[in-house]
Amino acid sequence: MTLVRQAALLLWKDVVVELRAKELVYATVFFAAIVILVFAFAFLGGERPSVDVSAGVLWVAMALAGTLGIGRAFEREREGDTMRALLLSPMPRAAIYLSKLVAISLLMLLVEAVSATLLSLLFGVSLTEHLLPLCALLGLGTFGFAAVAALFGASLGRARSRDVLLPLLTYPIVVPILIAGTRGSVALLVGQPEGLATAIWWLKFLVVFDAIFITLGLWVFDPIMRGDS
Amino acid sequence: MKPRLWFFAAVLLSAIGLIVAPQLIVAAPREATMGLVQKIFYYHVPSAWVCVLAAFVCAGGSAAYLFTGSEAGDRVAAAAGELTVLFGLCVLVTGPLWARKAWGTWWQWDVRLTTTLLMWMIFVAYLFARKYGGPGAKKLAAGLALFGAADVPLIYLSVSIWRTIHPKTTVVKTLDPAMQGPFWTAFATFTVLFFVLLELRLSLERARSRLDALHLAAEDQLDE
Repeated sequence: MTLVRQAALLLWKDVVVELRAKELVYATVFFAAIVILVFAFAFLGGERPSVDVSAGVLWVAMALAGTLGIGRAFEREREGDTMRALLLSPMPRAAIYLSKLVAISLLMLLVEAVSATLLSLLFGVSLTEHLLPLCALLGLGTFGFAAVAALFGASLGRARSRDVLLPLLTYPIVVPILIAGTRGSVALLVGQPEGLATAIWWLKFLVVFDAIFITLGLWVFDPIMRGDS
Repeated sequence: MKPRLWFFAAVLLSAIGLIVAPQLIVAAPREATMGLVQKIFYYHVPSAWVCVLAAFVCAGGSAAYLFTGSEAGDRVAAAAGELTVLFGLCVLVTGPLWARKAWGTWWQWDVRLTTTLLMWMIFVAYLFARKYGGPGAKKLAAGLALFGAADVPLIYLSVSIWRTIHPKTTVVKTLDPAMQGPFWTAFATFTVLFFVLLELRLSLERARSRLDALHLAAEDQLDE
């Protein structure tokens, strides 16, 4: 079995579990909607807020909902002690990491699709003009975010204060993603001719970020999951 | 475990430096536009240098611990991680003090400031992970240190594209010759001080792990 096939099998397991329970999807989508509403109450007064604010709201909602979903996903693993079972199985650790990474990304992409739609309704931004580059920004940003958060989420499984520690460890590391994501989205949403070139520069930046952190994640996942010697 | 000769020499050197450097700094010429506040520079830049040095030592120790299981690497990383936060705090306190006078504002979202702040936060998170991470926390923290070290260039790049007003590092080369002496004295003193503090912290960790080993041995004997 190749690594990709093993990871796909593990991913399929996570998808089936979630399709049966539907707990994570409902909770995180609803949470993201609430976050966007909170921002709407805070920022939508008289005039329409700037495009900077709308793009920022989307990425902040993504980060907040992402950590909530990841925390809950690993909590479920801990309750069933399934992470230990996975680690005992003959699957390579890299496959486990990859499957978690993709599963989290899928969940977050679903959440982002809903929150972006809500954002365009409430904040009055047009997303359709540059839909493809915007999707690419969100996809790459999500992938990088998940590469960091999956590693910390999995290894915090046994810690008492894991709910607090997960965002505390993840956010400072993923700041470049948030900068790249918001700057790229603003460039697209403002609709200036040079906007697309700026967005493409940030897209390339995200590709580099993802490559570095997925490589590093694959590299350190195994030693970290062995625990303290 | 005898204290080594180099350690005493380093303590002596840093003590002399901490006495001599302030006098040199007072004697140094006043900067024409910024006046007295420019003297913060003599503390600010060496602190920043030691902060980065400590971060790299921490990442190196973490890599050694993660991939070879070296306990010594873990102790070095723990000690250096704390020193990163300590010297980073010096940088983040002295920086705004200077900025208020020079730029007229406490804080600017400039590339160096933002990168330093975020690096500092990553290492605060490192200490959090070590303290509250539960079982497996040492490995997790080591992973975080590696992620942090890989992240710093990316933070720097992203923020520099985003915005930039901090003086370039070339400022040191164009420094008035009369300011060079005090600056490099302070620089050397801070560097030696870093190694003194690192060794002090390491000896504490070594004593702790010896105590743990003795505890385990005593329990074994009681069991028999």
